[in-house]
Amino acid sequence: MGIEVVVEGLTKSFGKQNIWQDVSLTLPAGEVSVMLGPSGTGKTVFLKSIIGLLKPEKGRVLVDGVDMVNSPEKDIMEARKLFGLMFQDGALFGSMSLFDNIAFPLREHTRKKESEIRRIVMERIDIVGLLGAEEKLPGEISGGMRKRAGLARALVLDPQIILCDEPDSGLDPVRTAYLSQLLIDLNAQIDATMLIVTHNLDIAATVPDNMGMLFCRNLVTFGPREVLLTSDTPVVSQFLSGRREGPIGMSEEKDAATLAAEQTLGNGYAPPGPRTVVPQLEPSPGLPVRQGALRRRERVQSMMSQLPEAARAAIRNSYTPTLGGGRL
Amino acid sequence: MTAPLPVRPPEPPATTAPLHKAPGPRPPSRLLAPLRQTGQLFALALAVARAVFKRPFQFREFVEQFWFVASVTILPAALVSIPFGAVIALQVGSLTEQLGAQSFTGGASVLAVIQQASPLIVALLIAGAAGSAICADLGSRKIREELDAMEVMGVSPVQRLVVPRVLATMGVAVLLNGLVSVVGTLGGYFFNVIMQGGTPGAYLASFSALAQLPDLYIGELKALIFGFIAGIVAAYRGLNPRGGPKGVGDAVNQSVVITFMLLFAVNMALTAIYLQIVPPKGG
Repeated sequence: MGIEVVVEGLTKSFGKQNIWQDVSLTLPAGEVSVMLGPSGTGKTVFLKSIIGLLKPEKGRVLVDGVDMVNSPEKDIMEARKLFGLMFQDGALFGSMSLFDNIAFPLREHTRKKESEIRRIVMERIDIVGLLGAEEKLPGEISGGMRKRAGLARALVLDPQIILCDEPDSGLDPVRTAYLSQLLIDLNAQIDATMLIVTHNLDIAATVPDNMGMLFCRNLVTFGPREVLLTSDTPVVSQFLSGRREGPIGMSEEKDAATLAAEQTLGNGYAPPGPRTVVPQLEPSPGLPVRQGALRRRERVQSMMSQLPEAARAAIRNSYTPTLGGGRL
Repeated sequence: MTAPLPVRPPEPPATTAPLHKAPGPRPPSRLLAPLRQTGQLFALALAVARAVFKRPFQFREFVEQFWFVASVTILPAALVSIPFGAVIALQVGSLTEQLGAQSFTGGASVLAVIQQASPLIVALLIAGAAGSAICADLGSRKIREELDAMEVMGVSPVQRLVVPRVLATMGVAVLLNGLVSVVGTLGGYFFNVIMQGGTPGAYLASFSALAQLPDLYIGELKALIFGFIAGIVAAYRGLNPRGGPKGVGDAVNQSVVITFMLLFAVNMALTAIYLQIVPPKGG
C-alpha cells in the first residue's frame, strides 16, 4: 500500500523571491492527486521539495516518519528509495542506452541476477510502449519517448510514492490519454500514492482523486477533485475553463487596474455556468479495483459536511450507481 | 488511517492579496561569499574522503576514469618534461659554472626537477587536461538534471561519480610524477653532459651526494595532494554550475584557474614544511 505524504507549512524562496509560502496538505495513501497551477508558480519546485532535492526554509514533509526537509541526509537517501520521480524531460543518463538507464536503479539497489533484471526492465519497457528502442541512446529518440522511458525508470523499483512532473508536456493528446490510463492502471496494480504536477485540463479532469492548485505564492485549495471541479473561486474557474478573463494574467497575476477595466467592459467574470464533473477514469478491465478509490470513498463521505454544496452534489452523483451499473 | 484532508475555505481573489514578502532571515553579507565557497569546497573534500570508504566501490567507473585521465595526460607530460628538464639543467649548469661549482650541477638540477618541476607539471596537466574534462562532464550532467535523477534514485553522485574521478586523478598524478621525474632527469642529464660538456661521473656523484630518498617521497606526496586538489576543484565547480550551458563553460574556466592558484600556494607551504623538517643531506 502507498504511503501518506504530509506537507506542513512549507515555504520556499530563491534569494529574495518567494516561490510559495505556508503550503500544507496531505497526500492520502494510495490515492492519485494532481497539483495544478499556471506556468511558473513553482509546481516543479514543490515536487522537488517533497523528495528533498530542494530545501524549503520552513515547514516539513513527512514520509514514513522521515522529514524530507530537515532529517539527516542518510535518512533522506534511504527514504528516497520509496519514491519514483518522473522528470519533466526524462533526465535520462546521456551516456547509457535506454535499457541501462531503466536498469540503473535495479543494479544500484538490488542484488538481482542480470537475467532477472532483463525480465523486469523489458516488462516496464513494454508497459510504456518502447519495445524495440531499448538499445537506443537518449539523444537518439524523441522527447515523448524520453519521457516515457523516464516513467519506466521511475517505476522499476516498485515505488510507494510516484511523482510525475508534467507527464503530458511534449506528448500528443492521444498519448496523453494513454498515459492517463496508464497512471490509473498503475495505481490499481501497485496502490502507490501519486502526485501529478500538470496544467493539462484533461488529466486534471479525469485522473485524480484529489486536486490542489498553486497560484500567487499560495496553495489556493486542496481537496477532493469535485471541490475544485465545481469551485467558483475566480482563479480556479478561470484556470479550469482556460479563459483569459480572470485574475490570472500573462505574467502570473494581473494588476488591479487591468482587472477593473476588464470588469467594466462587461466581459469580466461571466458567471461561470455549472461545470459538469466528468467521471473519473477506471482501471482497465481485468485489473483489480483501486484500493485507494475505496478508501477515498469512505474518507470523502466522512467529510461531506465540510464541503461546499456544489461539491457535495457532484460527489453524491458520482457515487450513485446508475441502472447500467456504471457511474454517471 | 488517513487523516481527513484539510479543506481550506476558498480564498479571496488572489490579486487583492497583499504581496508581502516572507520575513526571512537577513541575507548574509556579500563580502562573505568567498568564504562560503571555500567552506563548500572543503565540505565536498570531506564528503569525498568519507565516501571513499563507503561500499560498494565503483570499480568500473574508476578504471574508466583512470584510463581516460591517463590517456589525456601521458603524452603532453612526457613532451613537456624533456624541455623543462633541459631548461633547468642549462640554467643551473651556467650558474654553477660561474660560481665554480660545476661538479654540483647534477645534484642541483635533479633535485629541482624531482621536488618542484615534476609535481607541478603533473598537476598543471591533470588540472588542465583531465580536470577541465571532468568539470565539463559533471556540469553538463548537472544541468540536464541527471545528477538530480541519480539523487532521487537514492544514489549519491559524490560516491558514484566524484569519488572514482578524484581517485583517478590522484592515482594518475602519482604514476605520472614517476614518469615525469625520470624523463626530466634524463633530459637534464642529456643536455648537461652532451650540450654543456659536463662530466657524467661528476653529474651522478653530485646527485648521490646531495639527493636523498625523502626528496623522492615529497615529490610523490606533492603529486598525490595536487591530484586530489585538481579532482576536488573540478568536481566542485562541475557540481555547482550557475545558470545553464554558459554556466558550465564558466565553471570549467574557473576550475582550472582556481586549481592553478591553489597548487602554487599549497606547493609553497609543502616546500617550506619539507625544508624545515627534513635535514639536508649535504649540510
